[in-house]
Amino acid sequence: MDAQTVTPTGSNTGTVTTKMTARDVSVFYGPKQALKSVSIDVSQENVTAFIGPSGCGKSTFLRCLNRMNDTVASARVEGEIKLDGTDIYKGDMDVVQLRARVGMVFQKPNPFPKSIYDNVAYGPSIHGLARNKAEMDGIVEGSLRRAGLWDEAKDRLHDSGTAMSGGQQQRLCIARAIAVDPEVILMDEPCSALDPIATAKIEELIDELRGRYAIVIVTHNMQQAARVSQKTAFFHLGTMVEYGDTKTIFTNPTEPRTKDYITGRYG
Amino acid sequence: MSLSLTALVVAALGVVAFFVARARANVFDAGDLSTRAAGDRPHSRPVYHGAFVALAAVIPALLLLSAFSFVQPKLLDGGIIASLPAADQPKSAIDRDAIIGEVKGLASGELADAFNPASKAAVPAYKVNQSRLQLEALAAAVLLAVGGAAWAFTRLAPQFRARNRVERVVMGILIVASLIATLTTFGIVFSLLFESLRFFRMVSPFEFLFGLQWSPQTAIRADQAGGSGAFGAVPLFWGTLFIGAIIAMIVAIPLGLMSAIWLTQYAQPRVRSILKPVLEVLAGVPTVVYGFFAALTVAPALRDFAFAVGIPGASSESALAAGLVMGVMIIPFVSSMADDSMAAVPQAMRDGSLAMGATSSETIIKVLVPAALPGIVGGVLLAVSRAIGETMIVVMAAGLAANMTANPFASVTTVTTQIVTLLTGDQEFDSSKTLSAFALGLVLFVVTLILNIVALRVVKKYREAYE
Ligand SMILES: Nc1ncnc2c1ncn2[C@@H]1O[C@H](COP(=O)(O)OP(=O)(O)OP(=O)(O)O)[C@@H](O)[C@H]1O
Ligand SMILES: [Mg+2]
Repeated sequence: MDAQTVTPTGSNTGTVTTKMTARDVSVFYGPKQALKSVSIDVSQENVTAFIGPSGCGKSTFLRCLNRMNDTVASARVEGEIKLDGTDIYKGDMDVVQLRARVGMVFQKPNPFPKSIYDNVAYGPSIHGLARNKAEMDGIVEGSLRRAGLWDEAKDRLHDSGTAMSGGQQQRLCIARAIAVDPEVILMDEPCSALDPIATAKIEELIDELRGRYAIVIVTHNMQQAARVSQKTAFFHLGTMVEYGDTKTIFTNPTEPRTKDYITGRYG
Repeated sequence: MSLSLTALVVAALGVVAFFVARARANVFDAGDLSTRAAGDRPHSRPVYHGAFVALAAVIPALLLLSAFSFVQPKLLDGGIIASLPAADQPKSAIDRDAIIGEVKGLASGELADAFNPASKAAVPAYKVNQSRLQLEALAAAVLLAVGGAAWAFTRLAPQFRARNRVERVVMGILIVASLIATLTTFGIVFSLLFESLRFFRMVSPFEFLFGLQWSPQTAIRADQAGGSGAFGAVPLFWGTLFIGAIIAMIVAIPLGLMSAIWLTQYAQPRVRSILKPVLEVLAGVPTVVYGFFAALTVAPALRDFAFAVGIPGASSESALAAGLVMGVMIIPFVSSMADDSMAAVPQAMRDGSLAMGATSSETIIKVLVPAALPGIVGGVLLAVSRAIGETMIVVMAAGLAANMTANPFASVTTVTTQIVTLLTGDQEFDSSKTLSAFALGLVLFVVTLILNIVALRVVKKYREAYE
């Protein structure tokens, strides 16, 4: 693993380690190009936010990072994406392992129609992370604790995950993702289906998880990006317009298009 | 002119009435409607005025004609008898029917000659009578149609609510149609019930439902040998379950499920668009074709195999032959239900699992199939109910011997097979042998009904889970 160390320009965090790098990534759905030559570094210590108007390719890019675009038959990805220096689109990278290392949380909470326990145990059991029931119990408890759901769930571990509230379901999905101990967590508008209180809980949780996991979050909510992220990338019409420290992007963007979007001139 | 031709005349009058009334109503619409205020526009579009007048012309006239079609034969029959001279009056009801039949046959040209000389003499009077009655019917119907249309026509006005009337009549027609459908069903069920009750007065329900001996041959004469008449239906129930719910399902569930999984999860869209209809064609093959395939190809092959391997009790009609072929017939039911219910599992479930690093097959086994399970179970129950009611295959390939055996190479018999054999050929209608067919039918009906209700509930409950 040849993690590079870069000196951030005007960053409020100290030294950061680059976890993932994307170079000239373009994505096509059939003949239609959805993403044009995007280059970006995702760092280990920071939360990176992707913002931009609807349809600009945020989800598309996010799904490149754990190769979820492989499940779309018409999608074609060009360019280079590296995780700890290894190209994830090259032959010897196994998708199953990649997705265990790069977890994902979706826009709409999507717990499996199984018990809370089985939802969290799902990943560890397919990856064989627990040798016995006691170890699995430990993993489930630890994951639920880290997702801030243990107190609410400990007495109903065997109730269906789908019977919880939307916010609880989303935290369950986060617990499910961290149960396999990934290195990166991708979140695609994780709060867009939630009310403000549940949203605040998730944001708090993201802040607690920062540092332990590299986190990338797509959001439509400008305040949310400002609150939870240290780095922000602004996408527009399939290109990445600007990428920098969140503070800079929100207070003093270089690109006029970024400024227009931040100030709500379009969206 | 016959009654059906008269009905055509009435229909033609209806068409004419429609166009005339629509033309009249078009006048209300004259000018640019969009420039008029809503309250000022005619209430109904011209087609509704047309339809209203046409319905007023057609419905009473057709009702009259259908009433007439019941009365006319009685009047004609009475006319024939009345026209006979006193000496030739029939002495019994059978005589009467014979003469009437002959007269009608001669009049229509179906009979060349009559046995009864009086019949021939009555033909001319009959013909006159017939054409007079038909003319009367025509006149009455046309009068009624024209009168109805005229009455309706006078009511047309810009603010006349033709649309509401037409809608109400259409609703009435729909209600009548659905009533006929439901009442017919109830009628069938009740006749099944009553005939079964007659059977259970001769044979106790307990013996029927739990008896192990089935030999429905009853003696017709007291001195006749052989027919003791035992009506224990358990061997038939067993044979039905063995073929329809066990052997057929062992074939259909894995094959149907796996082909559904492959078609929904792995196949290229183009392959799927070809193979799915092909699979569904299996459901359209007439069951009699499956039947002779089972009887002529599968059954002999299985018997030869059993002899070669040395399995005892093998017969040229076997539970296995019928069950295997029935299983193949059922595959499309299972696979299309499984297909639908897996397609109804949200893509988000699949994505969630794949994003955890699960492979496609892990996702299918651990997430998709469990999530789709209620739908799959519903499909299997429907398939079972279809299989146990299936007749042609088992009649041709399962056999008639009411054996209680678990040897799939032996011959067994099923409820449907027995119903067919009990009711084909000449039968006394009220013998316990014939009536037992109704009792068997009732059992089949009840079991199928329960299976269907349970299946539909399971499926419905499952559908709610994702909405
Ligand atoms: N499976 C697909 N097949 C074809 N085109 C797609 C597919 N998914 C996305 N696209 C197209 O790619 C472009 C980018 O879509 P993407 O979902 O990445 O946008 P987004 O920035 O996430 O938007 P939103 O904020 O609305 O989620 C859009 O024009 C979209 O129509
Ligand atoms: Mg999106």
